Amino acid sequence: MIRRALLALLGAAMIFQLIGQQAEADEKFIIVQSTTSTQNSGLFDYLLPRFQDRTGIQVRVVAVGTGQAIRNAANGDGDVLLVHSKPSEEKFVADGFGVARSDVMYNDFVIVGPASDPAKISGSNNVMEALRKIAEAKTLFASRGDDSGTHKAELRLWKAANIDAGAASGDWYRETGSGMGATLNTGTGMGAYIMTDRATWIAFGNKGDYQIMVEGDPKMFNQYGVVLVNPESHPHVKAKLGQAFVDWLLSNEGQAAIASYKVDGQQLFFPNANDGSG
Amino acid sequence: MRDLAFDTTSAPSSSQLAHQEAPLLEANGLTFSAGKEVLLEGVDLQIGQGTRTLIMGPNGAGKSLLLRLLHGLLKAQQGEVLWKSKPLSTQARRSQAMVFQRPVLLRRSVLANLKFALSVRGLRGGERAGKIDKALASAGLSHLAQRPARLLSGGEQQRLAVVRALACEPALLFLDEPTANLDPASTAAIEDLLVDANARGVTIVLVTHDAGQARRLGENVIFLQDGKVAETGSVEEVLNSPQSEPVRAWRDGRLYLGPNTQILRDHSGRIR
Amino acid sequence: MDSFWSVLGGAFGLVFALDPDLMEIIGLSMRVTLTAVFFACLIGLPLGAAVGAFRFPGRTFLAVVLNALMGLPPVVVGLLVYLMLSATGPLGPLRLLYTPTAMIIAQMVLVTPIVAALTRQLVEDLYREYSEQFASMGVGPLDRLTSLLWDARYSLLTVALAGFGRAVAEVGAVIIVGGNINHVTRVMTTTIALETSKGNLQLALALGVILLLIAFVVNACVMALRASAARAAYA
Repeated sequence: MIRRALLALLGAAMIFQLIGQQAEADEKFIIVQSTTSTQNSGLFDYLLPRFQDRTGIQVRVVAVGTGQAIRNAANGDGDVLLVHSKPSEEKFVADGFGVARSDVMYNDFVIVGPASDPAKISGSNNVMEALRKIAEAKTLFASRGDDSGTHKAELRLWKAANIDAGAASGDWYRETGSGMGATLNTGTGMGAYIMTDRATWIAFGNKGDYQIMVEGDPKMFNQYGVVLVNPESHPHVKAKLGQAFVDWLLSNEGQAAIASYKVDGQQLFFPNANDGSG
Repeated sequence: MRDLAFDTTSAPSSSQLAHQEAPLLEANGLTFSAGKEVLLEGVDLQIGQGTRTLIMGPNGAGKSLLLRLLHGLLKAQQGEVLWKSKPLSTQARRSQAMVFQRPVLLRRSVLANLKFALSVRGLRGGERAGKIDKALASAGLSHLAQRPARLLSGGEQQRLAVVRALACEPALLFLDEPTANLDPASTAAIEDLLVDANARGVTIVLVTHDAGQARRLGENVIFLQDGKVAETGSVEEVLNSPQSEPVRAWRDGRLYLGPNTQILRDHSGRIR
Repeated sequence: MDSFWSVLGGAFGLVFALDPDLMEIIGLSMRVTLTAVFFACLIGLPLGAAVGAFRFPGRTFLAVVLNALMGLPPVVVGLLVYLMLSATGPLGPLRLLYTPTAMIIAQMVLVTPIVAALTRQLVEDLYREYSEQFASMGVGPLDRLTSLLWDARYSLLTVALAGFGRAVAEVGAVIIVGGNINHVTRVMTTTIALETSKGNLQLALALGVILLLIAFVVNACVMALRASAARAAYA
């Protein structure tokens, strides 16, 4: 009896595997390397079905940290790169891994903190001043610490404020080395201030008593860019399908779709493909 | 099934055959040590074709060890084992079989155990099925063919082990105290199988503790004491008129504690 | 915020209503893990039995290696398999990255040592029982392997369950080689990770409970199989 059961299981397993693999081979799809913050905001769940309805192309998003997304794309493990770190994106193109870089949309970063607000920065729209207050009061600050777009933006702000936050690592400056969601979980758990993009924050389900402390400073502007992976460096890249996706994102239809995505009545991303050069 | 009442000369002897040919199995100067301890020393013996030989002796004498050396499961440090006048090889072992004190059966049905043993010998299909049926019938186990072997009683398991060994048609069958843990009825059944096999020409080499079994089954006896051969001869000679002190002590129910002991006891409290 | 119990109730509601998204995720989890365990057993059972039943130089070392590999960190395995399957890696042309097949491969790497190491121990112990009788009967090496494996079949079921438990619970390997792509490579554990990162802790926990129940059901079925065999007295 057990022999027969095992044989049946073997047959079933092989059949399932073959069916599954075949089904995948038949689909029209591209792989987009993007970031966890974009994924967690829910934008892709909203946007991609629209694209698929329009073109029949399935978009498979691999959401990792910006650094990992860029490295994956450089390896040819993706057809399109969609991240928010303009200098890195431009370098990607300059190194020959990408065809061209275009602006897609922007959102902004905010600093969130506990209702108790130990550094007294609530209601501010001056990020430089807020960071100085945090450093002086030595209140806890949780950083991504993972080389992501958000992390790089955060580091630029500390540098502009002339504060060496890294020196206080392990003290009041806590580097989680994780994605945005994990950092938010960790930060809220220890009562630290956190810099996050607004979209992820609004969609985040574990806010506790946290609120937005600092917003509206132009320095916290967060630009998203899209790059087609260069088929010349990786011949198997689905250049045509990838280009179709890039074109759609930059088109009126795609841009309008981005603008129409709302959570709790708030618009999370602001399309700006046509506001000037890429 | 044979009548349970035996007389001492009931077992047929085929000793005439033995004298006409070279011995089937021979050991010369076998010595075996484990580390510093010498367990067998200078053992010489001859087993004739078609004979029934009993290896006897007290615990620790080296009987089981000797059996394993003769079967090729262990290798002696000194001396040699000859099968049909040639050194023992794995080929030779195919003509032998062994039954252990506790039956070693696979965790499957009675039938499957027999199937396994025969398929190891390369038998398949109808020929194999025929031999299986005969083996089951001779052991009286036909009605238990589908039963998991491990569920059988001790006696039934050992009967299975014996017919499994015999189904492979060995020239020589070794048995290491096969009925030590069995009741008289099971013991009688096993002994019947052995006598029948021997009548068909299978040579039997059996280790036993049991003097009664020796008298019922035996033809020749090799008596071991402390790793050495104390005495050999026919059953009548060795058991009825032992020449050596160890065997005499054993026959009289005394413990033989070594050649230099002055005081030998028995449990009637008397010192002799 | 909803209480944990109401969220759990909601999650169960999805299960009973056969919510398509949830069913898809559960189905993929089962397909990936069961396939991986199956092939891990196909490799690991004979491998472990061979190390347990045969004597050869380096045997003890191999046994130690197998035992040590039981503790392979899933995330390290994920990384190694990713490097193999990446477009710039040696198996890149197979285009397996970010597919369920990649996840199956990664889980196979994790589970095979467990199956092999535990089988080795079982077979070694069992062989001690049979070694003299097998030598006497002239059982050849292949027969030795197959008969020992078959003899240990009910204990080996437990070994397979151990492998299953390890695979169904891991997230580190499948998330790297699978990419946690919606409708393609998203399984129970990666969904739990995603929901946690989105702060939806109660939903994540509820999904965790469902995963536990599935593992429980699988184990119960196998145990029932064993019990019925025990009643047929596999002594």
